[in-house]
Amino acid sequence: MKWTRRDIIKGLGGLPIAGAIWWAGASSSVQSSKERTKLLEQLNIEPSLSKALPPIGGAPVRVGIIGFGIRGEQLCRSLGFATKAWLDNMQKAAEKNPNHSALADFKSQDKLNVSLVAVCDVFDVRAQEVINSFSSEEQPVKRFRTYQEMIRSGEVEAVIIATPDHWHAPMAIDALENNVHVYIEKPMTHTIEETYRLREAAQKSKARLMVGHQHRQTLSFQTAKDVVTKNTLGHISMVQTNTNRNDDNGAWNYAIDKDANEQTIDWEQFLGSAPKIPFNKNHFFRWRKWWAYGSGLSGDLLTHDYDRLNCVLNMGIPKSISASGGIYTHIDGRNVPDVLQANMEFPDFSIGNSQGKGKEKGMTFIYSATLGNSFSRPTILMGHDATMELGNRLTIWPDGGSSKYAKMLEAHTMKPSTPIYQYDPGANVPDAISSATSQYFADKGLMWTYIDGARVDSTFLHLREWLSGIRNGTELSCGIKEGFEEAITAHMTGLSWKLGRRIDWDRETETIKPIENIDFDAVLLGSVLY
Amino acid sequence: MTIPKKTWELKDSIVLLRILIGWHFLYEGIIKLYNPDWTSYGYLASAQGPFKPIFTALTSQTMIGWVDGLNMAALIIVGLTLTLGFFEKTGAFIGMGLLALYYLAHPSFPWLAEVNVEGSYWFVNKNLIELVACLVLFQFPTAQYFGLARLFGDKKKTLNTTTL
Repeated sequence: MKWTRRDIIKGLGGLPIAGAIWWAGASSSVQSSKERTKLLEQLNIEPSLSKALPPIGGAPVRVGIIGFGIRGEQLCRSLGFATKAWLDNMQKAAEKNPNHSALADFKSQDKLNVSLVAVCDVFDVRAQEVINSFSSEEQPVKRFRTYQEMIRSGEVEAVIIATPDHWHAPMAIDALENNVHVYIEKPMTHTIEETYRLREAAQKSKARLMVGHQHRQTLSFQTAKDVVTKNTLGHISMVQTNTNRNDDNGAWNYAIDKDANEQTIDWEQFLGSAPKIPFNKNHFFRWRKWWAYGSGLSGDLLTHDYDRLNCVLNMGIPKSISASGGIYTHIDGRNVPDVLQANMEFPDFSIGNSQGKGKEKGMTFIYSATLGNSFSRPTILMGHDATMELGNRLTIWPDGGSSKYAKMLEAHTMKPSTPIYQYDPGANVPDAISSATSQYFADKGLMWTYIDGARVDSTFLHLREWLSGIRNGTELSCGIKEGFEEAITAHMTGLSWKLGRRIDWDRETETIKPIENIDFDAVLLGSVLY
Repeated sequence: MTIPKKTWELKDSIVLLRILIGWHFLYEGIIKLYNPDWTSYGYLASAQGPFKPIFTALTSQTMIGWVDGLNMAALIIVGLTLTLGFFEKTGAFIGMGLLALYYLAHPSFPWLAEVNVEGSYWFVNKNLIELVACLVLFQFPTAQYFGLARLFGDKKKTLNTTTL
């Protein structure tokens, strides 16, 4: 075969083109991968995976549920017990929409070594639902009329308290004094005085206390802790957290059961320490709207945001709190505010810094909430060197004025508009300097929201940690110290809003600084604004 | 007197088209080959339109590794065959298949929200146009004229397209 010069040129002409493309693609990929590796090494952030707990061995933990309302039902489900009505509804939902995965998620949840043996609820319909759904021949569920009878029955080792706020402390204290383990919903207490009594009871008791801030199990928060500890953000001077809701359920206007009446509800027991008023279904089902039983935004939702950050920053109780707000979106007889801003001062807060001396102390924590708008405002931690957005995912942007990253910013290997780190518990690889595309998909919640193909329920993880604490003596991430800080912060906020003035904390004596002629607990429980 | 030779013919334009499309495929494939973190997960997970369930199923733990590997290999094969000019019909055919999948995962139907696209489209988008361009390459092979096939191909199958 004889090739002419023309044959050679036209035959092999594609080779240099293909070679050039290969080289260009490879070198660009390798270069950006190198830059990313370098940056990641420098940041040295270790995304944490879920903690390995020893198996919960021995006989199943015998648990009683006190309060089977909305949250009580969710807690039971996380424990592995779903009502027949819920299972039917989810089955129907899944048949209608194959992407509805609530039932599949529930079924794929690991089984906990636990028996649900008792229920205490002042509403007959709910108590009966527990008995009907969870009783089996080998393990019938027994109903107790009062929590005291349940705690003293010898039939339960542990109780879950998911009642209105004003019942939290009395029940928890009674259980702990009888060495019955407690899982208690937030806010931990309803008054300042009982917060101290509960702390004492927990410290004296052989039983374990867990406060229901389940987000402590969220993997991104554990990673955030690592980020902050390694001083990636620099000195954090401001934290912003928010609640935005705009629906009936979010404003605590829950459904009223058609079978609710004076015969089916033990009204006296519901009221407990609350002012004696005639039977009122509205108060019974929508108790979160009144200070007599609940604590509104400061106890119900601020506590979540406060504890989320307390688990990352470990900042403790603020030195002072100033709150403002009002009842602006739901003028329906409630006396808790539906718009609330709380500024918490931490003048001594420090995590070290990257700047000169004298620039490393002090932080304001802002909590801003409305029940009249649902635009999603993210949680943001603002440091001298970087900003972190914290949710289920975690994103860090370098700051244009950073001292720590000044050189890289100057060399344009870092840009304030491009995240330097993005973490999602579902991802195999942390995505430093993500592309606009993957950023977009991540923002849409399409990427990495699943771990091993299954959604993981943080309440399940939190309960498992509690059960492991009971059986194996392992550490609890949200015990009495965390609960005490959360409860005091909530009460200080409520007081500040009601009194219209700043409330100060005395760290030495661990008390709220008194104000002349003011009984804090009377203010907290009362419906009057001062 | 000699007849002036036509300097740029249709087949030259088609060679240029073939090389540009090959270029595009090859670069996309190489970028992915050298980036260990690349995955088609996001593109597939956000799929829209009538074939959404199929694309979503591809994102499962067991499938995604295969999907990523096959996609990368196919991109590189198409890129090499079209730039170098050998087995170009196979290359053009695989290219059409890939582009059809890309189009169907995110079809430019007016009743679907446009996800992450530059420009505005009404049924026709760039994937669809490139797909048809591959169809032209498939019907109008040029590797015997410019490409490795000129040196190693079967000379009997001479280019009959010059008579077009």
